Amino acid sequence: MVTAKGSMLRKNTVRFGGDQLFEYSVMAIAALNLILVWFLAVIMFSDAWPSIDRFGIGFLVGADWDPNRDLYGALPFVFGTLVTTGIAMLIGVPLSIGIAIYLSELAPLRLKDPLSFIVELLAAVPSVIYGLWAMYALRPVMVDTVEPFFQSVLGWTPLFQGEPIGLDKFTAGVILAIMVIPTIASVSKEAMMAVPDSQREAALSIGATRYEVTRMAVLTYARSGIFGACILGMGRAIGETMAVAMTIGNANKISWSLLDPGQTMASLIANNWGEAEGIQLSALIEIGLVLFFIALLVNVFARAVIGRFMSRIPTTGGGL
Amino acid sequence: MTTIFVYIFINMSNSDIGVYAERHQEPVFSIVLDGKTRIERCEDMSELEKTKTGDNGKSVVMPHRGGRTRLLIASVVTAVIIISAAVLMGVVLSENKIESVTLIGAGATFPMPLILKWADVYYNKTGQAVKISYLGGGSGAGITQIKNKQVDFAGTDAPLSATDSSTYGLVHIPETLGAVVVAYNLPGVESLRLDGPTLARIFMRNITAWNDPAIASLNPNITLPSNQIKTIVRSDSSGTTFVFSGYLSVVSNEFATLYGQGKSVNWPDVIGASGNPGVTQTIKTTPYSIGYIELAYAITNNVPYAMLKNRDGNFVGASLDTISAAASGTTLPAGDGDWSGVSILNAPGANAYPIASFTYILIYKELYNEQSKMNKSAAKALVDFLWWVVHEGQSYASGLYYAPLPQSVVSVNEATLDSITYKGEPIR
Repeated sequence: MVTAKGSMLRKNTVRFGGDQLFEYSVMAIAALNLILVWFLAVIMFSDAWPSIDRFGIGFLVGADWDPNRDLYGALPFVFGTLVTTGIAMLIGVPLSIGIAIYLSELAPLRLKDPLSFIVELLAAVPSVIYGLWAMYALRPVMVDTVEPFFQSVLGWTPLFQGEPIGLDKFTAGVILAIMVIPTIASVSKEAMMAVPDSQREAALSIGATRYEVTRMAVLTYARSGIFGACILGMGRAIGETMAVAMTIGNANKISWSLLDPGQTMASLIANNWGEAEGIQLSALIEIGLVLFFIALLVNVFARAVIGRFMSRIPTTGGGL
Repeated sequence: MTTIFVYIFINMSNSDIGVYAERHQEPVFSIVLDGKTRIERCEDMSELEKTKTGDNGKSVVMPHRGGRTRLLIASVVTAVIIISAAVLMGVVLSENKIESVTLIGAGATFPMPLILKWADVYYNKTGQAVKISYLGGGSGAGITQIKNKQVDFAGTDAPLSATDSSTYGLVHIPETLGAVVVAYNLPGVESLRLDGPTLARIFMRNITAWNDPAIASLNPNITLPSNQIKTIVRSDSSGTTFVFSGYLSVVSNEFATLYGQGKSVNWPDVIGASGNPGVTQTIKTTPYSIGYIELAYAITNNVPYAMLKNRDGNFVGASLDTISAAASGTTLPAGDGDWSGVSILNAPGANAYPIASFTYILIYKELYNEQSKMNKSAAKALVDFLWWVVHEGQSYASGLYYAPLPQSVVSVNEATLDSITYKGEPIR
């Protein structure tokens, strides 16, 4: 909410040499970002060129990855990435928002700080640790309990066919969900805490319950921050390498069953980078390029969808 | 003048700031930021005014150039001094150690434990004069690096192509022998016998159940379960896969046509795990699975592995003796010759284990070159080290489950090492 007073403060800013210098230097640093992205795209494109030239559009729809015959296609990996990221967001987002609401609205002060600290700590745990934990601790639980449960309930759908082995897209999605929760929760919490008390007070004054205050005032006001948090979390899920490579089963095939092994773009690159040569190397770089554009597309798409969704609800008074 | 700090609380709620102000008895001002506006809430301006007039409450404070900035500058300066001191010391210290030689190698991870052991023993044996670092990274990376002359020697599981070895002038020195075993997790089954064609059909998913007649006929005394076979393979490209798929290609024409030999193979319907440890772990924790790993991992992790029918028709388990037996019958080319055809897969011999393989060290035949600037003492150290490796070094192999080289291979290596030159002069 931009108030007149806020703009007054800006008008009063005195401009002098140091300020200008600072402005230009941070502008240069910000511009570096753009240059970096540009270079990234150009270098990847030029390194991937042998593969782009050879396979053309067929690369995107090809389902084979056979280094012995130099046949490369990205489809199983695009599929794997989208499926695991989807599972991660489906599980992770509601949980994260719940955590954020508790921490920002409900938790007593003495619990709030330690809990927030722990959530932020989890965001900093290296992914290989999550991967190892998933292999040794999560996988047995998935095999013995979670997957048989889903199979008994949803076994009639094509999503839960086959025997539970714990090295599959479902396990990878679950570990990704666990990995994105700290990121989404801590950033959403910050967004919710930034909601002015006047918003909450206004809702309370018209007789809203605590739940209604949270829904009407906090979530509505903080939604762009929460959405940003989700995008950040999704970025982590799309690009995650080690934890996925250790849990997804690394099979280069497309199968609708979440209980079948698969492969994501990032885990494919991690698995094959070490020994790749020649056309395989440029095919891997092209996978990187595809990953780059898919991350971009998913971002733009999510922004567009949420933007339309948000424009439909009024800024105040409505629920999210 | 008293120093005044600025406490700006970004994105904090009013109550928190109130608590802070109360606790510290200090004036506070909050700014709320979001993506669009720089200063979102200035409704406390009136209170700010109040502060200026002496009323204590939420509000602010001013400027800068306080202790914090100075502290920051001081810490940056200190850090710069410490770092430059460390760099300087490093330079001085490294100049003191001119006498020692460091040799760098990279490549195959398969022989890595043994090469590291050799490096350690040799370092102490030479009175810490010759230090060998082996960086691993995979056969492909090793070959690339030695072609670019970034390393002194490279390890590889697959021999170079004929053109590569002659173009670059690299020689092959087989330094040890390894075996790939077929490990399985079959509850209630103590020992399993397989032959090549059956194994190929299992990995092509033509045989999918454990009680398939093809497996049952090889194991008449065992009751096999009817469970589905889960095949576990290496997800990363590796020499182990190269050796194993090579064996399957030798014993099955169908496998050779459909999949072929390679460091990574387009396996049908498998579970992939990374590295030998990953595959070993996955086999151990997945009932009714079968996969291929190096012998050392099977032994140290206590995973059962199958006896395989060799070319002579005997069922042979992998052991150091049976691996050496597979190598002893082969005739090898000269060190600088074409090694691309060398294979001891499915080798003849009553006691020969069929999935055995050499692993090679590659060095330049002429060690002097412009790019690496290897000096003569380093060249001599390298050749001496390799000489030691193929002789005394072999005694360290069996402890790490690598098979010692048979005498016939050692003789080939001796001739190769004798032919290594530095600026045209033989080193040994």
